[in-house]
Formats: sequence, structure tokens, C-alpha cells
Amino acid sequence: MQSKGTLFFKGITHLSLIVWTVISIFPLVWMVSTSLKQRNEIFTNRSLIPNNAFNIENYKDAWFQGNFNVYTFNSVLYSVIVVVCVVLFASLASYAIARLDMAGKKVIYLGFMATLMIPIPGAFISIYLVVSNLGLANTRIGYILPLIAAALPVSIFILKTFFDEMSRELEEAAIIDGATSFQIYYRLMLPIARPALATIVILNTLSVWNEFMLALVLFSENRLMPIQMGLSVFVGQYTTQYELLMAASTIMVLPVVLVYIAMQKQFIQGITSGAIKG
Amino acid sequence: MDASSLPSTKGKPIGNRSKIVKRYLNLAYVMPALLLFILFSLLPIFRTVQYSFTNFNGVNPNYQFVGFKNYAMAITDTRWWEAVGNGVIFALLSLVFMNTIALLLSVAANSNIRGGKFYRVVFYIPPILSGIVVGYIWKWIYEPKGLLNGVLRDIGLDQFTHVWLGSIDTALYAVAVSSMWQGVGGSFILFLAGLQGIPKDLYEAASIDGASRSQQLRYITIPSLRKVYTLVNILTILGALGIFNHVYAMTMGGPGYATEVPALRIYREAFTNSDFGMANAFSLIFGIMLFVLSLIQLKLSQKKD
Repeated sequence: MQSKGTLFFKGITHLSLIVWTVISIFPLVWMVSTSLKQRNEIFTNRSLIPNNAFNIENYKDAWFQGNFNVYTFNSVLYSVIVVVCVVLFASLASYAIARLDMAGKKVIYLGFMATLMIPIPGAFISIYLVVSNLGLANTRIGYILPLIAAALPVSIFILKTFFDEMSRELEEAAIIDGATSFQIYYRLMLPIARPALATIVILNTLSVWNEFMLALVLFSENRLMPIQMGLSVFVGQYTTQYELLMAASTIMVLPVVLVYIAMQKQFIQGITSGAIKG
Repeated sequence: MDASSLPSTKGKPIGNRSKIVKRYLNLAYVMPALLLFILFSLLPIFRTVQYSFTNFNGVNPNYQFVGFKNYAMAITDTRWWEAVGNGVIFALLSLVFMNTIALLLSVAANSNIRGGKFYRVVFYIPPILSGIVVGYIWKWIYEPKGLLNGVLRDIGLDQFTHVWLGSIDTALYAVAVSSMWQGVGGSFILFLAGLQGIPKDLYEAASIDGASRSQQLRYITIPSLRKVYTLVNILTILGALGIFNHVYAMTMGGPGYATEVPALRIYREAFTNSDFGMANAFSLIFGIMLFVLSLIQLKLSQKKD
């Protein structure tokens, strides 16, 4: 039996969830809708349905004339290299910090963690200066290295916590069998840490894919820029080519949303553990 | 096997020595991470401090130390404090509106409702987008001849049409709406995680005792969420004060300086004005402010416990 009050409460609950679902998705639907409209249509046709729904001219223009083929390639390249390096360096470091007898490991771990707790919003300025002092401004490597460095603390935190919670029995058995510490890392710890590594891969791929600020200060040549900067090509001081801007935005957003829906459990875990870090 | 594994007493000093050597050899594991971290995370922090006392213009290596001059100029710079004020407005709006919406939605999605998982997935879509894309999408919605004004005209509310991003009285709030739209999902997920950690029998006991839904919300749910609340508040404040991408995409700080925020000012001071000394002074002042703010939040929440 349900009282009137409970029914009312249920109604409100459903309604609010549905309303926010619409609010969450609508701007994205509008983005896709605009990307399929023609230039002379975007200001006059306010329905979601384009006059010609199979008009993919904007995508062609964004991809070839707007050079989104180049920007997408760059972003994929940066994401892959950064993530592979972060997984490698962070897992090596956190294994040693969690498990090995190592000089100064407390100080080293505290050092990594300290930067998580002290926010320096203007750090991109001095990163730019360090990178240009090394002669690496406007190079791929000069963009990749700071991104790896920035990703390390959270990743080390996640992995170290994971290793701390692991039982030592398997390792002890391996040590008795004469395994070296590197063999234990490579054959035992890495495979077991797969869930934590998945979190790190997702967290860091997303943050590199969405990175803008550092790219803005480091790159002056279009051929090196990642997608987030590529968007500004369509934004002029007086007029903005919204149909191309929305097509390009769709190109960058679509893979993220698809991967997210396919792996939403790991995604949400990754982002929340990234947020809770401190 | 080496001597250290032999159970003889004579072997011990050798074992110790090889152990000590190993302690240092093991540093090889952290070296790649540590070197990158020192070079691109720690060194920039020291550089920020160092350059904040100079008149470095980003190019000329013959800069001079100017003492606290940059800091004196920074703390008397009204345009800077207006930018900080804009950040504070973003933070307050987010704390009030964004987090309230997020809290209510998380309570709703947690209430054993059909499709709860679906909502969780959908609400988290905006947070995985980049601030730049979100900024451009909303800029397009706010265009003078764009969707928002068009719909207002369609439903006969012509008098409410507006140059949303181009006029001083609405630009800041228009940007805030876009960043809050994106941010609700993040707070929602954290609140939801907190709610799921509350034991169910608390509610059962309360409803047996005749507590209404709103009483349960007030006396069980909200007190149990205090820790999560602190975390969400800190993240919200840091996020709102540090906003850059939305503003860059939508207004570039305009009209005038109506939507200028600290990160944008720091960026322009360095790359438009070529004053890296000032930029770093602002950056350090701002970093300290944020750090103190999160400490205060943490302290306040511990006091209540």
C-alpha cells in the first residue's frame, strides 16, 4: 500500500530526473543538429531536424579544410604516448614505494603527494618557461613531457594504494623461488594491478584529449596542435562558422561519449578516484 | 645465491652492505617518474617564486630582481581583485545552485527508482567533455540570433531577448550557467557515492519510528553526507575559481573585463603584456589563496565532527 505522500514524492523524483536528463543531453543534441545543417540554415531553422539530414558537408570541410585530420592525429598521438609512459613510470615508482626497501622513499612519496594538495593555477606559465629554456617550445616532446609529469602524482597515488592493499603471499613465494624484484614487478604485480591500471588509462586519456591550456601556450604551429586548439580555427573575431565548429566538436566528443558509455563503470571510478586524491 | 642468504654469522656484514647497495639501486624504479616530476612540476614551482621577484619579460635573459614590487602592484591592482571577485561569484553560484541541484538529483537517483543506473550514466556525460567544447556549444546557444533568443521570440517573450554574452549585466551569469551545467554531474556522482555508503537500516528504523521522508533527509541523509559535502565544496570552489577554458571559449574576459577571471588575467599578463614577473606574482598569490581556502574548509569540517 502506498500513501498519497509517497506517490507524490515518487512523481517529483521521476520528474526531476527526467528534466535533468533532457537538460544534460539537449546542448549535445543541438551541437549534432547544427553540424548537419547548411550555413544558410543554421540561424533560421530552429528545429532539431536539419533540412537535409544527410548533409555531411560540414564534416568533410572540418576534416579536410579545417585540418581536423591533422589535429585528431596529433591528439591520438599525444594521448597514446602520455598514457603509455604514465602507466610505465607510475607503476614502476609505486611498486618500489609500496614494496621495496628503497632509500628516501617516504620523502619521495610525500613530494609527489604535496603537489596534489597545493594548487598552482598559474603553473602553466612557468612550465612554458622551463620548456622554452630547454629549447622545446613548439615541439611535440615539449608538450608530452610536462603532461606525463602532471599525470604522475594521481596515478602513483592510485597504484600505491592498490599495491598496499594487496597481500604479500604471492610475492613471498616468488622470492623463495628466486625471482628478482623486477621479475616480480613485471610478471606478478603488473598483471594483478590491471583494474587500477585501467582507471589510470581512462583518467589520463581523457585529460590529455581534453587538454587545452598548455597547448595554448606551447604551440605556435598548427601542424602540432591538438584538437582542443584546432577548434579555434573556426572562431573569428567577428564571425564564427558555427556549422563547422559544431561538426568539429562532434568529431571530438563522439568517441569520448561512446567509450564512456561502453566502459562507464571504470570511467566513473577513474574520475572519482582522481577527484578524491587528496 | 649470494652470501646474504647463508645462515652464517660471518655473512652478516656482507649481507648488510648488499642490502644497503640495494636500497640505492632500487631508486632506479622511481627515477623516470622522479626526474620528470622534478623537471616539469617542482622546478616550475621554484621558477614561479623566483620570477615573481623580477621584471622578466619572457625573452630577455638580462632581467633584474625588483624585490616585492610585483607583489605591491598586484595587491593594489583593482582589475585583479575584480577578476578574483568574478571567480568568487562563480564559486558562490556553484555552491548554491549547482551543488543543490546535484544533491537533490543524487537523493532522487538513490531512491530505488527504476532506471537509476541510466540517470547516473547520463548525468555524467557533461563532465567528461572539455571546457572548450562546452564553452563553444553554449556560445552558440547564446548567440544574438541563436537558439535562446529565437525560442524566446517564438513564445512571445521578445522583451527578454538579450545579447547574453555581449552585455555587462548578463555575460558573467551566462558563463556561470555553462560551467554549472557541466559541473552538476561531478558533484552528483560524489554525493551519490556518499549516499550509497549510508546503511539502509538507519532509514528502516526511522520509518518504523514514523519519521517522514523530509525528516529522514534532514536527520539522517544530510548529517551522514558531511564528509562528502566538504570534499564536494572544496572541489567546487577550486574549480570555479580556477575556471579558464569556458571563459576563453565564450568571452575572452569581455565585454570589457566583465568576465575576466584570475587564470585568464595571469595568462594575459604573461602572453599579452609580456610581464612574466607580474604573471608569476599573481599566480603565487592566487595559489596561496586557494591553498588557505581549502585548509579552512577542511578545518571547519573537522570541527563539526
